[in-house]
Amino acid sequence: MNVPEDLRYTADHEWARLEGGQVRIGITDYAQDALGDVVFVQLPEPGKGVKAGESFAEVESTKSVSDVYAPVDGTVVEINADLGDAPQRLNDDPYGEGWICVIRPDDTGALSSLLDADGYRKLTES
Amino acid sequence: MMAAGPTPAGSPGGSTVVAGPAPGGRASSIPLLGRGHEPTVFEFSSEGRRAWSFRTTGLPEWEAADVVPAEWLREEPVGLAEVSERDLVGHVTRLTHRQYSVDLGAYPLGSCTMKYNPKLCDTAASLPGFTAAHPATPAPLVQGWLELLWSLTDTLCRVTGMAAATLQPPAGAAGELTGLLLMRAYHASRGEVRHKVIIPDSAHGTNPASVTLGGFRTVTVPSDARGLVDVAALRQRLDEDVAGIMLTNPNTLGLFEENIAEVAAAVHDAGGLLYYDGANFNAILGVTRPGDMGFDIVHLNLHKTFAVPHGGGGPGAGPVAVSPRLADFLPGPLPTRLPDGSFGWESPPRSIGRVHSWYGNALALARAWSYILANGADGLRRVAEGAVLNANWLRGRLRGVYDLPYDRPVMHELVASTAGLKKATGLRALDVAKRLLEEGFHAPTVYFPLIVEEALMIEPTETESPQTLAALADALIAIAGDPPGEAAHAPRSTPVGRVDEARAARTLLPTWDAVAAHQAAAQARGAPS
Repeated sequence: MNVPEDLRYTADHEWARLEGGQVRIGITDYAQDALGDVVFVQLPEPGKGVKAGESFAEVESTKSVSDVYAPVDGTVVEINADLGDAPQRLNDDPYGEGWICVIRPDDTGALSSLLDADGYRKLTES
Repeated sequence: MMAAGPTPAGSPGGSTVVAGPAPGGRASSIPLLGRGHEPTVFEFSSEGRRAWSFRTTGLPEWEAADVVPAEWLREEPVGLAEVSERDLVGHVTRLTHRQYSVDLGAYPLGSCTMKYNPKLCDTAASLPGFTAAHPATPAPLVQGWLELLWSLTDTLCRVTGMAAATLQPPAGAAGELTGLLLMRAYHASRGEVRHKVIIPDSAHGTNPASVTLGGFRTVTVPSDARGLVDVAALRQRLDEDVAGIMLTNPNTLGLFEENIAEVAAAVHDAGGLLYYDGANFNAILGVTRPGDMGFDIVHLNLHKTFAVPHGGGGPGAGPVAVSPRLADFLPGPLPTRLPDGSFGWESPPRSIGRVHSWYGNALALARAWSYILANGADGLRRVAEGAVLNANWLRGRLRGVYDLPYDRPVMHELVASTAGLKKATGLRALDVAKRLLEEGFHAPTVYFPLIVEEALMIEPTETESPQTLAALADALIAIAGDPPGEAAHAPRSTPVGRVDEARAARTLLPTWDAVAAHQAAAQARGAPS
């Protein structure tokens, strides 16, 4: 299972990548494998405020519908609209083309409270 | 590949039932008519062909345009298939021979209670006195029907421990919505507006859907390590904005909520009501009652516990029974016994109004009543005892082969998991489901409840014989021992093989013309459609 070293993670299986002052968000390789084939992604509206730990998007697979939780407080500034036609990108490339949205965090320092790669690996292997 | 005949007893897992000559509930030939392609009805279509046409009737004929306003007329033909009666009957009959059904073999679809429905109940519900009555017939002329509805209401109250009931809701989900509207009416009558309904994380998906439809907001309460409602977490969520809690008992893990008295007291102390989702009532029928556990509202799926056929859209019946303080709000009219011993109709004083036309799916109600009469009180209790015994016997056979995340005595169903097998050989819950079709059984429910990874939710029901259970267990055990990759292409013996569910969901083509347009576009691209 792929857990890139340069990302931060939540215990709910989202990843977050600091890019300048913004944070790109997606679901982890572990999450996409557990969900199975993703068939639909309900994206948030750009401009929407999100709160850490609260659901802001949904991922539907052939098995279930799952909430996606915000890793930090902030505002949605960009969404991956390509997922509308190609939800399978969450399966094929969860850390790349399968990103879900970019948020502007209220406090970029909040990322340091998330799990690092080692911590997330331990969580999924336990 | 799979064995051609019944799997012999004594295979791994230690059979405790000596299989007799009977194959045991296994559909021995699926499909009955081989794997040949069955065209859609549109492919049989030939322009101008008719199933039948009236000879001269002597009645005048009109053009549609002469009698229908122009703005309501279609501009293009509707595009129905044009087929002969002979082709149509052949097509439909071939399709029916490719269906799996409760009449054909075991159907261990967890949570759905797909038990065999006695033919006696078909006969009873087919009596012309039931089928020929119009629902608008005045009460004095349909006393038999009214007595049946009154007796059924009375019996359902007795087995649930409730005070009054409506038979109107036509399904479980309709019963849930009715119950939530009753909850709202009750709080409103006390001058309260409450917005939240608590639901466990193991709940049926219909529960949060009904909560939303009823105008409430769902609050999830987690399960504890033993698979039961986490009472401490529940207490944290209780406040004066909580209208109530929705529970199944036993829950979707097949486990009895042992702390139900504590849960009920906590919810009642906070001013909330307890809703009992009767989807799993088959497990406790005649043994214990939701009313005795503290529930205020109960819906029953007559199409599960009381042997009304279901699947494929009904008609079902989801009566709702309530405690005394909610009786005045029930949908009406309700059947009632008048002082002179005859039967009539009566509307509760503060009724929330009708939730279905007339009196619900009345023939499903007649069928349920015949099932109750045929079993009697002792027989109904044996239904639950048999369902629980069968589930636990199967759990014993599967131990050590599949993971059993909550391995202790269950009620009417068990949840197994292929999490370990997935790591070892790649076998997933979906693979087991597909392989089981090849073995001549319906698949169990998979990937539910959501709190169990690679879940297989198996509900054998009380109607299957020990031989059938043994055959089912043998098949499940054999599948777990498949060489890696064996299941990837299953089912290979059914009319339709492994369906690409992800592609179907991503490229949804719900109508024939959408399929045709998709095929034309693919052809234009020179690609296979």
